[in-house]
Amino acid sequence: MKRKNRLLKISALGVYSFLYLPLLIVVIYSFNDSKLNAEWVGFTWKWYDKLFNNREMLTAARNSLIIASASALIATLLGTLAGMTIHKYRLKLLPGLVIAPIAMPDILMGVSLLLFFIMLNMSLGLLSITLAHITFCIGFVALSVQARMSNIDRSLTEAARDLGATPWQCFRKITLPLLAPGIIAGALMAFTLSIDDFVITFFVAGVDSSTLPLQIYSMVKIAITPEVNAISTLLMLLTLILITLVAKLSPGALRS
Amino acid sequence: MHTSAWRKKLVSQKLLGLPPLAYLLIFFAVPTVIMLFASFRYAGDYGGLAPWYYYEQGSLSFDLTLENWQRLFETDIYLQLFLKSIAYAVLATLLCILLAYPLALMIARSPRRYRDLLLLLVILPFWSNFLVRIYAWMIIFSPSGALTHMLNSLLAIFGIAPISLMYSPTAVIVTLVYVHLPFMVLPLYANLEKHDPALLDAAQDLGASRWRRFWRITWPLSLPGVYAGSILVFIPVLGMFAIPELLGGTDGIMIANVIKQQFVESRDWPFGSVLSMVLTAAAVLVVLLGAKFGQQLGQSK
Repeated sequence: MKRKNRLLKISALGVYSFLYLPLLIVVIYSFNDSKLNAEWVGFTWKWYDKLFNNREMLTAARNSLIIASASALIATLLGTLAGMTIHKYRLKLLPGLVIAPIAMPDILMGVSLLLFFIMLNMSLGLLSITLAHITFCIGFVALSVQARMSNIDRSLTEAARDLGATPWQCFRKITLPLLAPGIIAGALMAFTLSIDDFVITFFVAGVDSSTLPLQIYSMVKIAITPEVNAISTLLMLLTLILITLVAKLSPGALRS
Repeated sequence: MHTSAWRKKLVSQKLLGLPPLAYLLIFFAVPTVIMLFASFRYAGDYGGLAPWYYYEQGSLSFDLTLENWQRLFETDIYLQLFLKSIAYAVLATLLCILLAYPLALMIARSPRRYRDLLLLLVILPFWSNFLVRIYAWMIIFSPSGALTHMLNSLLAIFGIAPISLMYSPTAVIVTLVYVHLPFMVLPLYANLEKHDPALLDAAQDLGASRWRRFWRITWPLSLPGVYAGSILVFIPVLGMFAIPELLGGTDGIMIANVIKQQFVESRDWPFGSVLSMVLTAAAVLVVLLGAKFGQQLGQSK
């Protein structure tokens, strides 16, 4: 048993390095004083400096933040409602519709929403991107809320109702506070997913509105520059903070 | 009075599910139907879609066609690309199982207080930006990168000409595995965690070797986790366009690259819709097959 355990630990360590080394390389080269991601020349902040003077990048960052905030807000409202009703009733249509956008390849949602928006004569931009992001965020919020719902002791709400609380009072004073960590975790996940989405945004963005991932894509298509490393590092830092918060609030949410 | 009040409550609370239901119907179900419909329409003169009905001498005529679907079978290019994409997805899935299994097993067998942390370490890279993770491999595979350099100096010792890793199917497969690995680890772990260690102890007492214990107990019990993870990896890989586009070159393209090309570059939306519908059907089929396998496993226990 001992030897097998050691073998298992070594191979697991190998897989962890496979997961982290590439990202580490991106971070390290973002501080390298050379245009090439090859030899280490010396430490510099200049790529970050360049980044904060890049007008297109700043516009893209602003767009990303607007879209992510709006879609997280709306997806949290809709996702919470979905999670609660799915938990309470044996529904057929809603659970499938909540999962389907997550289960299908992203490109399908991207192109079908493109067809949809064009059919409605909608101009592509911040609004179309936000509407698309809400669609795939609802499921993640719903799953997070649902996981939390199943941990709530039913007798608490029943007791409140027996003591004469109205359904609304019962929801405000009992269910909502107990549900809050699941809702907040869902909102943070929705925000992260929206900030990170590339594929769906790529199809519904139109020509004028860029987001951070679209900006990275167009830069990477032309050439590999350390400026991309710098924005990547910042994005990773943001995600790290958000997801650690989610893990603290609701450990079950990330696993579903 | 009492029952009607209850019914009222039931109805009103079920109504709460209506807004998300409506939203998903409008922004997910309807667009999918529109895409199906678009696959029977003509392409517009300047790309996009042509009108599907017109008035001529006061009567309404429809302008729909099967041409786009016929085009799918005119050459075997598309069939080959689908098969190639399926092959890539199968290979990526198998490699994910190979890498994820020891990791998931290690986490499931480590002390309970470390498990959440170890699992979080698997999840974190998955939540970092998708393009950033692809970009990391563009650096690694780039001709000036350390990996290519090392590999080529090693090959030079044996007198083999230098090779390029960038823009090759190998680069695509490695990155596909890298990006989707957490999808395999999580369901596998969720399954392995539930195994009763007493089974392994009993087998050991009865003299079963380590390998025998693994293949006769752990592996068969973990199959539902393997299937779940395989579906989670296979479907997004099948529809992937960013990784082949950035790392694949001409040899490494997959079916989703052609879909993207139809919608963005050649602007032939009807044919793009045809290819998208075939991809949708493939994904749905995989989910259904997976569900059926899972059910059979559940029944046989």
